[in-house]
Amino acid sequence: MMQDYEMVIGLEVHVELKTETKIFCSCSTAFGAAPNTQCCPVCMGLPGTLPVLNKKVVEYAVRAGLATHCTIARYSKQDRKNYFYPDLPKAYQISQYDLPLCEHGYLEIQTPEGGKRIGITRIHIEEDAGKLVHKEGGGTLCDYNRCGVPLIEIVSEPDIRSAEEAKQYVRKLRAIMMYTGVSDCKMQEGSLRCDVNLSVRKKGETAFGTRTEMKNLNSFQFIGKAIEYEFARQVKALEAGEKIVQETRRFDQQSGKTFSMRKKENADDYRYFPDPDLIPVVTEQAWLEEMQQSIPPLPDDRKKKYIEQYGLAAADADLLTADLLTADYFEQAAQGCSSPKTLANLMLGELLKLIPAEAETIPIRAAHMAELCNLLAEDKINNGTAKKLVKQMWQADTPPSVLAEEQKLWQINDRSILRETVRRAIAQDEKSAADFRAGKTNAIKALIGRAMQETGGQANPKLLAELMEDALNEAE
Amino acid sequence: MKPIDMTVAALAEALQNKEVSSQEVTRAYLDNIAREEANIGAYITVTEEAAMQQAKRIDEARANGKDLPKLAGVPAGIKDNICTKGTLTTCASKMLSNFVPPYQATVMEHLQDTVLLGKMNMDEFAMGSTTENSWYHVTHNPRNLACVPGGSSGGSAAAVAAGLAPFTLGSDTGGSIRQPAAFCGVVGMKPTYGSVSRYGLIAFASSLDQIGPLTKNVYDSALVLNEIVGYDRRDSTSVKRQYADFTKHIGREIKGKRIALPHEYFGEGLAPEVKEAVLAAAKKLEALGAQIVELSMPSLKAALPAYYVISSSEASSNLARFDGVKYGFRAQQYDSVEDLYRNTRSEGFGAEVKRRIMLGTFALSSGYYDAYYKKALQVRTIIVQEFQQMFEQCDAVLAPVAPTTAYRIGEKRENPLEMYLGDVYTVPVNIAGLPALSMPCGTDAAGLPIGMQLVGNAFGEAELYQIAYALEAALQEGGSGK
Repeated sequence: MMQDYEMVIGLEVHVELKTETKIFCSCSTAFGAAPNTQCCPVCMGLPGTLPVLNKKVVEYAVRAGLATHCTIARYSKQDRKNYFYPDLPKAYQISQYDLPLCEHGYLEIQTPEGGKRIGITRIHIEEDAGKLVHKEGGGTLCDYNRCGVPLIEIVSEPDIRSAEEAKQYVRKLRAIMMYTGVSDCKMQEGSLRCDVNLSVRKKGETAFGTRTEMKNLNSFQFIGKAIEYEFARQVKALEAGEKIVQETRRFDQQSGKTFSMRKKENADDYRYFPDPDLIPVVTEQAWLEEMQQSIPPLPDDRKKKYIEQYGLAAADADLLTADLLTADYFEQAAQGCSSPKTLANLMLGELLKLIPAEAETIPIRAAHMAELCNLLAEDKINNGTAKKLVKQMWQADTPPSVLAEEQKLWQINDRSILRETVRRAIAQDEKSAADFRAGKTNAIKALIGRAMQETGGQANPKLLAELMEDALNEAE
Repeated sequence: MKPIDMTVAALAEALQNKEVSSQEVTRAYLDNIAREEANIGAYITVTEEAAMQQAKRIDEARANGKDLPKLAGVPAGIKDNICTKGTLTTCASKMLSNFVPPYQATVMEHLQDTVLLGKMNMDEFAMGSTTENSWYHVTHNPRNLACVPGGSSGGSAAAVAAGLAPFTLGSDTGGSIRQPAAFCGVVGMKPTYGSVSRYGLIAFASSLDQIGPLTKNVYDSALVLNEIVGYDRRDSTSVKRQYADFTKHIGREIKGKRIALPHEYFGEGLAPEVKEAVLAAAKKLEALGAQIVELSMPSLKAALPAYYVISSSEASSNLARFDGVKYGFRAQQYDSVEDLYRNTRSEGFGAEVKRRIMLGTFALSSGYYDAYYKKALQVRTIIVQEFQQMFEQCDAVLAPVAPTTAYRIGEKRENPLEMYLGDVYTVPVNIAGLPALSMPCGTDAAGLPIGMQLVGNAFGEAELYQIAYALEAALQEGGSGK
């Protein structure tokens, strides 16, 4: 039943811009300050105050647009979206309605069938609202620090067809925003928030079904879960002959289910109109060219470079470039490293596991990482030691050669020593040796493991395996 | 001459020459307020103590030889929709009856060395033409206490006419400076949109609002405007340019100036006495060497409906922030946040304000936007173009300010539509963003002042003052019934 249907997904992603000050006043945008300590008469919307657009906001939004292949409007304006809510001090949000700053862009994601373009309908600038803190036992507190923090809203075309594609899209978007320096995209702090619009239809149909919206999903896991649940729910409803109601649904993190929040009867009437307190945003050709020049290499550019220059596999290059932190780190370490491929393997195999989500730094110096790779590539240590040293270097800022020396972790490449080790291992586990000779070639693994253990994990694994095989075959 | 009879120019000079102290002048005005205010009701708040302290500070600074700006020590009254740091700013509304701004409007920073006498009464949120819509009290026209002073800057106009302030500031969204100036027989100037910062002016209709002075005469108006104009980075709609000294052309002759008389300003609905007085002023201008050009501006007839759509739409959004959550009045009874909004706004706003909010909310609603708001913006473009074309061949427009002289108190209160029609001659200027000066040009049979207005091209205030000053002098010489 499910396989007869496909899901149609469009995403609205809100990204907080990394400007020092707010969009219409000079209050700080820093996260985590005590409530209501970063506001002024302007962002509090006190009567008589007026907004003045922060030029940096336009600059950042234009950069985001250029990095996602958008057309930048030469003439754009800001509109008021009117609604009452206690977190919105002016009772309207300054946003953009019919003339957004950026339009008609796209980005590319990887699917099992290959690369796929997801269209970007528009990117517009707007101000964030405050935060309401509901107290246990009743009562609500308002924190206006976030009021007027600049946001861009990135609206995708309904081109996404699976939870995996949705996650890929958000990952890619996040990477682009970080590469361009537009946002730090911290989902935990809410600086990247995702609304999912989802409808289903029978495969082969061209008309869209009725969609529901799930707001403020703030992790990849929740995006995936919410989509899977909502897809199943809608298919089940349709199969049962029910109609899908256009509505906003809340995703419950505990149960992994979505619940109806409010019905959208014909969509809310926000009475958009051009904000008369603000003047149109006009972008000059020369300035746009300057902006275009300022766009750094993007994930796709770097990925290409990693494949062509460093010989990495496409999937590995994808993983390394998904985050600016790891990509920057990789390139820095690669400079001092004889085998970037070894570096990539070590990073993907060990280092990435240690980096917490949305980390800002990696405690291991890139130079140390490069040195570690070189030790590995030069057969001075083996892979197991390298993994161990990554963990140690994460804890202590010490060069790997020093750590290896201190703990005598150098790889044993001496054939005579290893031959002796092999001999002892066979003597201790004659059953495995016999099994091997009887044709159970897998039995060699136990013997190699035993020998490796005996060297404290320091044997050259290739050499050890070679010698073990020789020894077993010789004795025959 | 007593301080309360002196012009701003004369007061400024006397203060500079230390012939009189700011404390003496301020005291004189406060005494006059104490005598007359009960009859007039021009003020919502009188800041007596702060005024005397400020006057003292200025006197001391002057005694110490400090270099002070031109109007230092001159008292002033400020319309109560202009934010004064630390002083109650109510917009004549119950909604803001407890609102003390923590910041200063830009114009108040410009006037920081003047002496604030208090805050002037007005129609609630500047919506009205009689000052009867004040939550506080009615203001009486000093020329006839049974009459309204006009509005919405009625308190500002009445105070100048009654000697309760040498000058005041008002705000003009659709005539709110010029019409009360006309009703009270004083001079009111609505400057070019963008020339005076709106930062700190509690918005009625952002694209139309402009602060301007009300004074006894034309020269004073230019003096005060000189102090308050200028680019302000806190107001995005403020225009960056060199602002000329507006007194510069005053006193020059006006020979050869071309003054337009558009037919549309003299049609049906205009009281004969008003028409006569304005046409007589045209004759005076002709006598001074100006050339009168009769012409037609057909789009003007669409100005009034366009004005009411634009101004109400903007107001419906601008006034949405008054919700009782953070400041101002809050209803006592409510069970939910929706309730809080509903009750606060039901109890906090007066009838006229509610009427405009509803009108504007309707005009902006989905399905009606194109028919009303968008259409009104199109009309606005046409009116702007028509004025531009007209200014290619003329230097100024001469027109009546209001169809009649001051109404009797209560006369129009029950008929809002009729009241709106009274704005027909003043709103085109706001729609086009142009400067216009209202000045007296005679009186009617009942002795009530008749006003006329001169409309100038954008940023053409200096030329307007030149023409207005010449005319003012001619009218006084001629004894035009004043």
